[in-house]
Amino acid sequence: MLLDSLFVYRRFLAVSLRAQMQYKASFLMQLGGRLIITAGEFMAILVLFDRFDTLLGWNVYQVAFIYGLVNISFAVADAMTTGFDMFGDMVKTGDFDRLLTRPRSTALQLAGQELTLRRISRLTPGLVALTWAATNIDLNWSLGNVGLLVFSVTGGASLFAGLIVLQATLAFWTTETLEIMNTLTYGGVETTQYPINIYRSWFRNFFTFGIPLATVSYFPALAIMGVSDPLGTPLWFQYAAPAIGIAFLVASLQVWRIGVRHYLSTGS
Amino acid sequence: MISYWAIVSARFRSLLQYRSAALAGLVTQVVWGMIRVMIFQAFYSSTKSDQPISGSDVETYIWLGQAFLAALPWNIDSDLRSLIRSGGIGYELIRPVDLYSYWLSRALSWRTAPMLMRAIPLLIFAFVVMDMATPVSLAAAAAFFASMCAAIVLSSAITTFLNVTMLWTITGDGVTQMTFGMVLIFSGMLVPLPLYPDWSQPIINAMPFRGLVDTPYRLYLGHIPVSEFPQHFAHQLAWIAAFVIAGRIALSMALRRVVVQGG
Repeated sequence: MLLDSLFVYRRFLAVSLRAQMQYKASFLMQLGGRLIITAGEFMAILVLFDRFDTLLGWNVYQVAFIYGLVNISFAVADAMTTGFDMFGDMVKTGDFDRLLTRPRSTALQLAGQELTLRRISRLTPGLVALTWAATNIDLNWSLGNVGLLVFSVTGGASLFAGLIVLQATLAFWTTETLEIMNTLTYGGVETTQYPINIYRSWFRNFFTFGIPLATVSYFPALAIMGVSDPLGTPLWFQYAAPAIGIAFLVASLQVWRIGVRHYLSTGS
Repeated sequence: MISYWAIVSARFRSLLQYRSAALAGLVTQVVWGMIRVMIFQAFYSSTKSDQPISGSDVETYIWLGQAFLAALPWNIDSDLRSLIRSGGIGYELIRPVDLYSYWLSRALSWRTAPMLMRAIPLLIFAFVVMDMATPVSLAAAAAFFASMCAAIVLSSAITTFLNVTMLWTITGDGVTQMTFGMVLIFSGMLVPLPLYPDWSQPIINAMPFRGLVDTPYRLYLGHIPVSEFPQHFAHQLAWIAAFVIAGRIALSMALRRVVVQGG
């Protein structure tokens, strides 16, 4: 069943990619635009460190590493969930009914709706920052560290995907996607690309216990870089923390299922 | 002139209808502003050396940026896009007004109405809750007001230029995103311009984008003294003229070869 799902997902993506390549010039310009915007954020970090040298004891490589980790996770999640972004419109027009008639899960169909290539552009600055940081920190590429890195990205992508799914689920009740939820996703990226200990405690707690974005970025990054936490968390927690992201996605998909059951079509 | 004023005010009133979107935007920008303020506070508390702009000035700069965010040229007119797609653009061509001035008038209200809806409550919040500073003097406030008006006209001229490019590209997304990326980086939205490396200052100063954000805000802060207002205002006006001329030329070139879609 899982293999079958993956196969269908791949077919969805191939079709979507071919469609986008039909408008090459527009596609390239969009890619360039996205690249400038995301690279701009990384450039901001470099500019600020050029002026200030240190951020409460953190150096530019450590911040770049966390920035890279968060942005890679978000890019993966964002590319995999485009369909959920457009979900509000599908509810409004009643298009969602079509998905319900097909013999596949609705979540899978929405995930495979469209893989917008330009979203992948977010991946580039993230990868560049992470690689640049890792070579300058002189990172120990042990099996444990590589494993934790993969685990963090998986947990991070799951957590962001969970947030996007939750945002879409709300549309079952409100029939429009609530823009305000973007504060959590984009605001979360903005927040957690810097070490979480620089924020005030109520804000830090929100992104640790409320929307647990720090558990998939800051904490595992500390363990990988071999830096002890100014907030004093133990090493085992830093290794285990990304699991919370995966749990978050599983919970979100449960909520999604409840939403599907409550769905009343607006179409005629 | 009366017809352009009618265009501005009709469009203005229709844009004021989107109140829930404005509320959502307001919350987003408050949160965003708080995140950015905390990041800059952390940087400023990490150093004792003098910076080209003070920490409290940066905080006010950030809140002004959040308040006037919607005035930036960040998107194209979606109504015009559907007109171009559907062929409705044909009707635009037979209106008894100058097409460029008509589009510029639309852009002016498109940049002003949503911005005002967000700016007023956000500024109240920033003054009351976040201790945002008021303009350093009455003269600075007046200079800020004049410069902010120029910023909105500049933004509208850039927007109109982007709208015109749609006659070639149909979607306009690519050009808009590239432009907005440049705006974010070189206007001061991402990092206040005085904090950029010294060697880059002459390049950034020559570009049009500081006229959207940095020039009015620094007049507000007194970081640009009122005595230097004329030259900075002239810089804004020069770039407005440049974008208006470029927009007019591009529009007349496009109209010579326009293909009306649809039947």
